[in-house]
Amino acid sequence: MSEQEKNAPYLDKRSSRRTFIKNSGLTVGGVVLGGALGSLLGKDSTTQTHETGVHSTATAVNFNQALMYFDKAQFDTIDAAAEQIFPKSEVGPGAKELLVTYYIDHQLAGSWGLNSKEYMSAPFYPAEASSLFGHQTHLNRQQIFNLGIEALNSEAAKQYKAKFSEITEEEQVSILQAFEEGEVTLNGAVTSTYFFALLKSATIEGAYADPLYGGNKDMAGWKMKNFPGHQMSYANIIEKDEFVKIEPTSLNSQHKH
Amino acid sequence: MAKKLPKTDIVLAGVGWTGGIIAAELTKKGYKVVGLERGKERKTEDYLMVHDELRYQQRNEMMQDLSKETLTVRHDRSKRALPYRQHGSFLIGDGVGGSGEHWNGLTYRFFPYDFEIYSKTVERYGKDKIPADMPLQDWGITYNELVPYFEKFEAMAGISGETNPHPEVPEVKYPTVPLKETPSMKMFKEASKKLGYHPYIAPAATLSESYTNPDGISRAACQYCGFCERFGCEYGAKASPVVTVLPVAKETGNFEVRTHCVVRKVLHTNGKATGVLYVDTRTGEEYIQEADVVVVSAYALNNIRILLNSQLGSPYNPESGTGVIGKNYAYQMTSAASTGFFKEKEFNLYAGTGSLAGVIDDFNGDNFDHTDLNFIHGGNIALGHYGKRPISNNSVPKGTPTWGKEFKDESIYWTNRSLSVGSQGSVMPNKENYIDLDPTYKDQFGDPLLRMTFNYKDNERNQQKYIRDITTKILEEMGADIINSPGDQEDWDTTKYQTTHNTGGVIMGADSKTSALNNYLQMWDCENVFVPGASAFPHNSGMNPTGTVGALAYRAAEGIEKYLKNGGSLV
Ligand SMILES: Cc1cc2nc3c(=O)[nH]c(=O)nc-3n(C[C@H](O)[C@H](O)[C@H](O)COP(=O)(O)OP(=O)(O)OC[C@H]3O[C@@H](n4cnc5c(N)ncnc54)[C@H](O)[C@@H]3O)c2cc1C
Ligand code: SF4
Repeated sequence: MSEQEKNAPYLDKRSSRRTFIKNSGLTVGGVVLGGALGSLLGKDSTTQTHETGVHSTATAVNFNQALMYFDKAQFDTIDAAAEQIFPKSEVGPGAKELLVTYYIDHQLAGSWGLNSKEYMSAPFYPAEASSLFGHQTHLNRQQIFNLGIEALNSEAAKQYKAKFSEITEEEQVSILQAFEEGEVTLNGAVTSTYFFALLKSATIEGAYADPLYGGNKDMAGWKMKNFPGHQMSYANIIEKDEFVKIEPTSLNSQHKH
Repeated sequence: MAKKLPKTDIVLAGVGWTGGIIAAELTKKGYKVVGLERGKERKTEDYLMVHDELRYQQRNEMMQDLSKETLTVRHDRSKRALPYRQHGSFLIGDGVGGSGEHWNGLTYRFFPYDFEIYSKTVERYGKDKIPADMPLQDWGITYNELVPYFEKFEAMAGISGETNPHPEVPEVKYPTVPLKETPSMKMFKEASKKLGYHPYIAPAATLSESYTNPDGISRAACQYCGFCERFGCEYGAKASPVVTVLPVAKETGNFEVRTHCVVRKVLHTNGKATGVLYVDTRTGEEYIQEADVVVVSAYALNNIRILLNSQLGSPYNPESGTGVIGKNYAYQMTSAASTGFFKEKEFNLYAGTGSLAGVIDDFNGDNFDHTDLNFIHGGNIALGHYGKRPISNNSVPKGTPTWGKEFKDESIYWTNRSLSVGSQGSVMPNKENYIDLDPTYKDQFGDPLLRMTFNYKDNERNQQKYIRDITTKILEEMGADIINSPGDQEDWDTTKYQTTHNTGGVIMGADSKTSALNNYLQMWDCENVFVPGASAFPHNSGMNPTGTVGALAYRAAEGIEKYLKNGGSLV
């Protein structure tokens, strides 16, 4: 049982991951199927996971906090914009504290930023594309973010003679609203509405995705929402009338098994 | 030049639910089956890191790579169709097990009414009830004839459920007891009972208890882990081809699966198929696999595409209404859902399983009188408890901003305090809803993509209005403090997930002029080609399709054996 599982008082100890696995027979005509369960079972149950002190959050250096895609100025622009979309409040941390912009940077650097599992063949007919048909532009998300960031800063310069990250929160919000409404022209084959929608969905993802992606720092996004993250079973909870609050665990705990 | 491979008894184009069922049934009988699957091999170990909403839900880890193949979409035939560049409205599976690996597991039987929808509508309401542009038709098989095949599918998968109490719906005895009931499901059931409806717990392919099926496959009970639909099950508790039919086929020694192999065409001469042409995408080499029987089991949409690209069967022409391949494409409608917000109660909404739901069928099929209604059919109404994950669930009462501080605080506050009563609305065929080949866009091999021409018609829009009032009424009865009721049905939106219940295009029937397949899913035009899958449905019902898809696949398996023994058209 992992530390996280041990600390979970709601867990019926008999249904710990390993005992559960031992009791469940996934078999074909009596032969145990080599499944996820089988491979876990194969592990020597006396193997110890060595816990070291590096997980203490107070002193930890987060090696995720470095840039794969943005430059420093782009990072600052998105950091300010994401904070307006998902701000710090009495309920808990906002985008900045959750490291949402590192999440967005890391996502942009990979297949999401390059639209690599999407159909990107020509011809494109952006003018004919109602939003009901999804994106119809040759630009990938890296390029759309570049254009969007440029436009956020040029709007800020035009209206307030400063960079987007340096104007007041109210000024940032009013620029973002104009983006959402499609009132700003991006110098490319994409609307400001589309860029805003991308930024907004990426911000929400960065707040709530497993911390393995670089955001949702210390699972603080999940804690605000009372979301328990990765758990093996809710069989003992599913029928319960009262709300059961569970300390979240991340996929990191699963990987250590 | 494509390399010719030694002939086999049966070749499958696609190894998902239908391909898996046919492989298991025919290898058990001693026939040799080769399964060609474009995606990768799958095993339960692959799901150890599966509780990852970003990877599996937002980024569609298990779905078709659209950069290689997609389709184009438009609302009507006067417009240019644009590519479905990114997954949205529906998701297309990929890899061994197909969509059967990441489905929810809600496993219904269509109603007796569905199989004879034309005759029963005429009998009860007269011919005028059916609009001129609605090519409604009977399926060429009755519910009673299909019952043994439904039973086979349910026994194989170990469906957990209770019989539907509605007096119009036939009794079903499921192999395992129903799933556990949550407090919100209890509220839904009590409210709908008070309103005079007939609630029950949905039949589920996520096991309520450990179970051994007739093939000797044992599986464990569901843990309600909350990562089910769009995810694979790390426990094997969710019935999927990989943990049910495929191991059975493999055990016989008569089954060979070749992964990373994309079928491009069925080869045929003089009304008989000789085999299939496929590409091994790792080597880039082309092969011809010859076979006595070709089974096109590539999911409803891909089935249509393979047939059209093979020039097999006559393509549907919306102008004249003639031709059959691409005809009667239908979908479903989920926009009658209402959301209720409960101040006083917090539910454990992070828990759940893909098929945990309280349901009523009082407004589905012809279970209610349509005499004074301006639509045919209806939809089921359900409160699902599928596991709410934080990125994709941010319900807020109407009028709340969609970002910023107020949105953040409200979406967090209501996370465990909001419940949705949804509906799965049927879609009737329409002359103008169909599928053909796109004139412009191509796939990785240069073959034309499918072109989908689809929109909701009056029948659906009227139905949605009627049902949304009922979903609202149920939430009122449940005591919701705030209710978000939907507006009218809008044009089909390809970006918002609705359902992956695409049906029609290679439909079955009793007449070769108006259908592509007979009731063994054997092609009228090519007797050694069988096409299982929801592509065979002449219309789409108000519930999930795979129970019916599975039953028809068992029926097709029987047909293939008959054909291999006796040859000829089976009907
Ligand atoms: C998210 C989701 C939730 C769902 N939930 C439910 C539910 O709760 N209840 C229900 O009844 N149904 C549900 N469904 C639908 C259900 O999954 C399908 O009805 C069922 O899997 C169809 O079986 P099939 O054999 O036709 O296709 P699939 O199971 O999808 O298998 C088709 C296979 O063919 C392969 N293939 C495609 N083209 C080619 C080619 N050219 N060459 C080689 N291989 C190819 C694919 O990669 C795939 O593996 C859901 C689907 C999705 C996506
Ligand atoms: S909810 Fe149940 S069936 Fe679904 S993935 Fe979790 S354990 Fe498997």
